[in-house]
Amino acid sequence: MVREITLGQYLPGNSFIHRLDARSKIILIFAYIIFIFMCRNFISLLVMSLFSILVILITKIGFVKYLKSLKAILIVIILTGIMNIFFGSGDILWQWWIIKITEGGLINAAFVVIRISMLMMISSVLTYTTSPTDLTDALERLLKPLAYFHVRVHEIAMMMTIALRFIPVLIDETDKIMNAQKSRGADLENGNLIRRIKSLIPVLIPLFVSAFRRAGDLATAMECRCYNVVGKRTRMRVMHFSMTDLIALISCLVVFSSVIVLNIFFPSVI
Amino acid sequence: MSVIRVENISFVYGAGTSFEKTALDNVSFEIEQGEFVGVIGHTGSGKSTLVQLLNGLLRPTNGTIYLNGKDIWENPKKIRNVRFRVGMVFQYPEYQLFEETVYKDIAFGPHNMGLQDEELDEKVRAAARFTGLKDELLDCSPFELSGGEKRRAAIAGVVAMDPEVLLLDEPTAGLDPLGREALLSQIVDYHKVRRNTVILVTHSMEDIARIADRLLVMSHGRKAMFDKVQYVFSKSEELEKAGLKVPQITRIMQKLKEKRIAVNPSVLTVDKGFYEIVNLLSGINKQV
Repeated sequence: MVREITLGQYLPGNSFIHRLDARSKIILIFAYIIFIFMCRNFISLLVMSLFSILVILITKIGFVKYLKSLKAILIVIILTGIMNIFFGSGDILWQWWIIKITEGGLINAAFVVIRISMLMMISSVLTYTTSPTDLTDALERLLKPLAYFHVRVHEIAMMMTIALRFIPVLIDETDKIMNAQKSRGADLENGNLIRRIKSLIPVLIPLFVSAFRRAGDLATAMECRCYNVVGKRTRMRVMHFSMTDLIALISCLVVFSSVIVLNIFFPSVI
Repeated sequence: MSVIRVENISFVYGAGTSFEKTALDNVSFEIEQGEFVGVIGHTGSGKSTLVQLLNGLLRPTNGTIYLNGKDIWENPKKIRNVRFRVGMVFQYPEYQLFEETVYKDIAFGPHNMGLQDEELDEKVRAAARFTGLKDELLDCSPFELSGGEKRRAAIAGVVAMDPEVLLLDEPTAGLDPLGREALLSQIVDYHKVRRNTVILVTHSMEDIARIADRLLVMSHGRKAMFDKVQYVFSKSEELEKAGLKVPQITRIMQKLKEKRIAVNPSVLTVDKGFYEIVNLLSGINKQV
């Protein structure tokens, strides 16, 4: 039962997007998100949407997976869409009492829905094609300038790496403890909410105890190998900017600048 | 009548997904009331899956498990009762302790069964005695105990439910030799006194050779052998096919026998092997 939860969403592969440096992916996707909010008419929005669909196709991960990622925020999309329909300005298309639908509202709603969907899907490209370790590694490097402001970038990244690394271990552990308590007659599935929360105590306490035990063991093991945060570290896998990244960068520059051009030459609708 | 009857059970993990993996493949056997059965097998041979099926934690993909003649999955809502009757001690059971005191933790199982007051108290104290937990430890926090004591407390938590069948999955893993010895002899005592059925999963041929009546040998999710201990260990070739080895002393005796030295090749314990060799040597001395 617990095993079915997938937290690490990484889907290994060898597509163009998979091979990109994680840092390029983070920066380009961040830029994409900024630019999709800069679209001021449907043509630029269309260009951006087609671009993200192209990227999704290049990842060679089924489109269905991306739609599933949308499912998680479906309610948010629907709610913001509906809100925008009713709170717009412009020509009134339909009115009843104080509720009115305007042309501006409809356009706003369409923009919001498309923007959120694209944002979600393009972020999924990042999490689907980048392994968690690469992701934290890239984040650490990108956030490095913050170290000048006394932010402990390396420690934060190390904590993230360890947390991600231990998720499957703890899921496994939860499974074992649940089985052990179930075989002692613990009823984890039935009863009202309060009873079910109470019935989790026999699972949660051993889980916390073991998480702390593991944390202690890991800390000792790291100290035994002279780990400390101030030392200069080298890496087993060195990230470097390659031809692939250059191609990705250029194509993104072309698409993003086309958004600016399209915004200038076509009338804004919002 | 047999207490457990397993008919053609199979179990597939992740059925219908791309991670499909057959853990058990068409296994059948019967275990008699009061028997001490050892389950041995290489890592990944399906023995842990098998005991979880017997305990009703997993539901077989195919086949039926009968407990005293009744299908345990006849009424899935009553599966908890099966778990009370077939008590299961997991690997490293000390990681399941959670209560404030050892006493309360041992009482968790019987309390879930609906026992109360004196009856509950009696079961808890009897279980603690069986596993050799000292009385004064019952009021301690389980997290204050030593590793071996924690293991005992956890086993007591299962024994306290007074199950008809006691399943133990590698109960001695991670204990020092003295602790192993003590725990095993307590399990043997438990079996002798209560006359209940005990099923013990283990890696250690030496241990199981001494204490079990019959051995179930698992190999690649199938039943490789199920027979009297002596018989199983006399088939060392078949055992090796299952990735297992006979106890060291038995191997020595078998090698001696191959060299035409008159010893009994089915010796299972070091003590008996010692006598065999002493007898042999004294025989030779007499001839001289």
